Amino acid sequence: MAATETHRAIDAVWRIESAKIIAALTRIVRDLGLAEELAQDALVAALEQWPDTGVPDNPGAWLMAVAKRRAVDVIRRARLLERKQEELGADPPRPREEPEPDDVGDDLLRLMFTACHPALSTEARVALTLRLLGGLTTAEIARAFLVPESTVAQRIVRAKRTLARDKVPFEVPSGDELAPRLASVLEVVYLIFNEGYSATAGEDWMRPALCADALRLGRILCGLAPKEPEVHGLVALMELQASRARARTDRSGTPILLMDQNRGRWDRLLIQRGLAALRRAEELGGLGGPYTVQAAIAACHARAVTPEQTDWVRIAALYELLAALTPSPVVELNRAVALSMAFGAGAGLDLVDELAAEPSLANYHLLPSVRGDLLARLGRDEEARTEFERAAGLTRNARERAVLLGRAASCAAHHAVEPRGEQAEDDSG
Amino acid sequence: MRFLVQVRATADSEAGVVPSEELLTEMSKYNEELAKAGVMLAGEGLLPSSKGARVHFSGRDTTVVDGPFAETKELIAGYWVFEVKSLEEAVEWVRRVPNPDGSLGVIEIRQVAEADDFGEEFTPELREQEERLRQRLAENR
Repeated sequence: MAATETHRAIDAVWRIESAKIIAALTRIVRDLGLAEELAQDALVAALEQWPDTGVPDNPGAWLMAVAKRRAVDVIRRARLLERKQEELGADPPRPREEPEPDDVGDDLLRLMFTACHPALSTEARVALTLRLLGGLTTAEIARAFLVPESTVAQRIVRAKRTLARDKVPFEVPSGDELAPRLASVLEVVYLIFNEGYSATAGEDWMRPALCADALRLGRILCGLAPKEPEVHGLVALMELQASRARARTDRSGTPILLMDQNRGRWDRLLIQRGLAALRRAEELGGLGGPYTVQAAIAACHARAVTPEQTDWVRIAALYELLAALTPSPVVELNRAVALSMAFGAGAGLDLVDELAAEPSLANYHLLPSVRGDLLARLGRDEEARTEFERAAGLTRNARERAVLLGRAASCAAHHAVEPRGEQAEDDSG
Repeated sequence: MRFLVQVRATADSEAGVVPSEELLTEMSKYNEELAKAGVMLAGEGLLPSSKGARVHFSGRDTTVVDGPFAETKELIAGYWVFEVKSLEEAVEWVRRVPNPDGSLGVIEIRQVAEADDFGEEFTPELREQEERLRQRLAENR
């Protein structure tokens, strides 16, 4: 094998093995930063030796053995230091070496909870998760989030320091602590997915590689915490949303709204996987969590072979459930759209009018956009025009502004307006 | 990137020899590992080609030929669909496929094409045509 080929093979092995190695080392040395350094040392050893010896038959075990040997050296040195301190009468640092079962899955789950610890900022959690569990390099993370590499590196260094300073234990939380901590893990994974799915910055509307990273993390999490319904709910939601990825833009990169997408381009394999994950989530916990409910909404779209077959009555009911679980005016706005699709524009308008007083939606362009749409469908063209113009003034997206001004103009001309109800219920459902 | 990983047939798989318990155990461990790593999207074993058929095209005519087929090493005995970062990663995973009784012959890894992979040859008209076709397929489901 040529050296470059070996290096690419090492990259691949690293992507597969690094999280497991770092997780096992963290359990041994009880310091995430040190664990990652030791794992990197093992990687360097592979880079030095494998080009000559070839990739070993079991590369993961090779890396793990080298890394563990170094970890034991570190512990031995620390003990030695400890003994000397004792001789000098100093307070000995607490010895940490309770024997624990060598379960890769448990270690990975601990690593995930640690990387997503609430002591860390959201950006730090995202960076640390992608780096430690996704096997991404700092450069790759920087590219994905369009920030300088030094920024990501700094975030990671600071995060490790925070974890060490706060003596965050390397463990899976239990009891009352579990639910909020799991929510934090799921939030980080979904954040990564959304950053890929509707890029908040940059030219591209989607960064599929990030979606793939998030999906992989979610699928791994399903194996680590198979009894948690919301883990399956989140994965279902991501699989179903990702199934529409290639139908979401036209050739020039312009976004295509859900109801206008070519459903033949939806990825049937991901839909199948999403529906299966949703079934598992519902078996475990019913429609009891926000990710599962959102996945159930996405499933209504996935099951509809044509837009006309969409079960809007069920979608409206699911949004009501979602609003009860996670009250939010944006969810209410989506519910209004679903109501209008299920029961007519008037039904949606009542709810939208209630939301008009909501201060958090004051500058949200989708509110007047949806209201304009409903008014237009009711034939109230003049009021609709005002709403579309207001929406156009609020949006920051040039393409969207053009669409909204176009609709305002067609209302002014008293043109018959095609019923369209998907503005708020865009591609997030 | 998505890859179709094809396990090529062997004389045994074509003869319908039931895999050893050892192989079955190790294979299910391997599949579990793939699933846990978030890599495996799908995977299935296939029955011998004697249970299958081929449709030959010649102009507008078609002829159906029932299995079995002779060229065993070109046949497929099973497949996985992987979602990984690179061909190298797919290779790394395939190197780990268990082969306790030495019965495996060849496993072929092929990347799944996206529309963009067809490049210039895939003209907008062709693309539209394909999209229409996919649409119809979806409607007929």
